Amino acid sequence: MTTLNVAPDTDDTLAGRVKWAIVDCWSIVWQELVHLIRQPSTFAWQLGFPIVMVLMFVYVFGSAMDVSGQGAGAGYMEFAMPGLFTMTMAFGFMNTAFAVTMIKEKGFIDRFRSMPMASSAVVTGRGVADIIHAAVDLAILVGIALVLGWRSGGSLAATFGAFLLLLLLRLALIFVGIFLGLIVQNTEAAGNLFAVAFPFGMVSSVFAPPDLMPGWLGAVAAWNPVSSTAGAIRDIFESPAVASGFWIEEHALAAAIVWPMVITAIFLPLAVRRFKRLSR
Amino acid sequence: MPTSDYAVRAIGLQKRYKETRALDGFDLAVPYGMVYGLLGPNGAGKTTAVRILTTLIRLDGGTAEVAGYDVTRKPRMVRRRIGLTGQQTAVDDAISARQNLVLFGRLFHIGQAAARKRADELLEQFSLADAANKTPKKFSGGMRRRLDLASSMILAPRVLFLDEPTTGLDPAGRREVWQAIRELARHGTTVLLTTHYLDEADKLCDRIGVIDHGKNVVEDTPDGLKRRIGNERLEIVAAESDDLPAIAELANRAASEGTEATVDEARQAVTVPIADGVQALTDVATELRNKGVTAADLGLRRPTLDEAFLQLTGHATDDEETSAV
Ligand SMILES: Nc1ncnc2c1ncn2[C@@H]1O[C@H](COP(=O)(O)OP(=O)(O)OP(=O)(O)O)[C@@H](O)[C@H]1O
Ligand SMILES: [Mg+2]
Repeated sequence: MTTLNVAPDTDDTLAGRVKWAIVDCWSIVWQELVHLIRQPSTFAWQLGFPIVMVLMFVYVFGSAMDVSGQGAGAGYMEFAMPGLFTMTMAFGFMNTAFAVTMIKEKGFIDRFRSMPMASSAVVTGRGVADIIHAAVDLAILVGIALVLGWRSGGSLAATFGAFLLLLLLRLALIFVGIFLGLIVQNTEAAGNLFAVAFPFGMVSSVFAPPDLMPGWLGAVAAWNPVSSTAGAIRDIFESPAVASGFWIEEHALAAAIVWPMVITAIFLPLAVRRFKRLSR
Repeated sequence: MPTSDYAVRAIGLQKRYKETRALDGFDLAVPYGMVYGLLGPNGAGKTTAVRILTTLIRLDGGTAEVAGYDVTRKPRMVRRRIGLTGQQTAVDDAISARQNLVLFGRLFHIGQAAARKRADELLEQFSLADAANKTPKKFSGGMRRRLDLASSMILAPRVLFLDEPTTGLDPAGRREVWQAIRELARHGTTVLLTTHYLDEADKLCDRIGVIDHGKNVVEDTPDGLKRRIGNERLEIVAAESDDLPAIAELANRAASEGTEATVDEARQAVTVPIADGVQALTDVATELRNKGVTAADLGLRRPTLDEAFLQLTGHATDDEETSAV
């Protein structure tokens, strides 16, 4: 047998380390993609909830809501679909957190960190895989929306830009997910993060305009990063909307870019610090 | 640069978690080619030692070298030369057994083609070839642990760390894993394993180090250790407490070399380490009858880890879980 006793990479220069950080990241992404290909039902499980929500809102509650100022139910589909897209991206951080907790709980992080691979790949690979996963989620949801009769009023390029805004939100929330995933003790606790995610997703403009909510709740909802992204993409899709009373809603596009940057600026360092604390 | 003849050399390891001294001046020296067993009860510091030696956590004091490199200053050099199978089984249940091994091969930087080739070799070596394309979800405990072991053997590493490799396995699974570890040792891999089980350390290891409260208790060969704690013991429970001295005297004659009987007044029991169980049992039974002493109970017992600790350290272990060895 010509088995090696020592891992063959010996390049400890910066360039060598960057190269391996990328190669190793891709190996982790590959592992995650194999997961998705082998278990396509993952999508059904994870998209089931948002889809049921939107069907309920469009066909049950929506008919009673006047979101466009043109009477109850009018334009609700156009209002709710962008909300559904945004909510799915927002809830995505739970998938990230759950996956991180899982590899921690199962001892994968330990094995990875005892290996010559770049340990950053554990996290970067997760992030890249989650973005790919989110893009597929989004494609499925858009497909469903089109079948139900939703159309974007914006140009093709602008519509594509709106999808990028959605992925930007998802990207920022990956760092939140990694941070939370490293904090919680086990996958059971990670499942309970839904208690955090649910108000975060719902107290927003996703299903109802903040103007229709009681004062303080409306303000919280309007300033929710989820609302900013939802508002920005509604503008792009030219969804009908009542005139908003909140300053931030008037600047939804800028907020949809600034919020994810703020979230990243806070949670990326926190996640890195938490990751380093594993070696304490 | 490598400076040591030892696969693992640790001096005065310290690790504190707030109030807990997980390691408190722990020393370890494992020569190349040896299977070394770290034996100790729950919370003794076994996992902490393994985690320091595999570069997962920083030490608070002392020095440690693995495969010739300092774990603090040259962690990358260490990581290129070791394998780790941790306390939990790190197997990806959603991808096939072969894909698990290929993934780890790539992450050990041996290249895609070599990773595939090595995966097939390992599947063969660990008797998993038939299950290569199945996902480990449906594997038995022993198979999963073997796949886990194989994942840490992508390189035939200089030093392999196994943290409780058989805990939670049924007897068949344990035997499978033992077989696999012996096979690795035969090919020259240095193995450092931790265990709660005396018999496991006895069957697998060339040397056994006993650890408790983060400190070394004793280190010896399995035979030496057994001599110290007695291989088997004979227990005689007296019917009348007045008979205890006579029974103790008679038990001492059956004692294996260098040991003596211990008397438990409360239970009216005399326990003595013996060399040849059946012989001692018949001898003692005959003598009891000759002297007209009646015993309430007479039997052979294997020492539990608790008793071994009592014998070695003069105090019992703190937990109940390990007493059923
Ligand atoms: N991350 C941690 N934070 C706080 N205390 C810890 C941590 N890791 C270990 N300890 C403590 O350090 C001591 C040694 O633990 P360690 O896990 O090394 O024991 P062990 O011998 O492996 O036990 P077991 O047989 O149960 O696996 C224990 O008292 C444990 O509670
Ligand atoms: Mg342990």
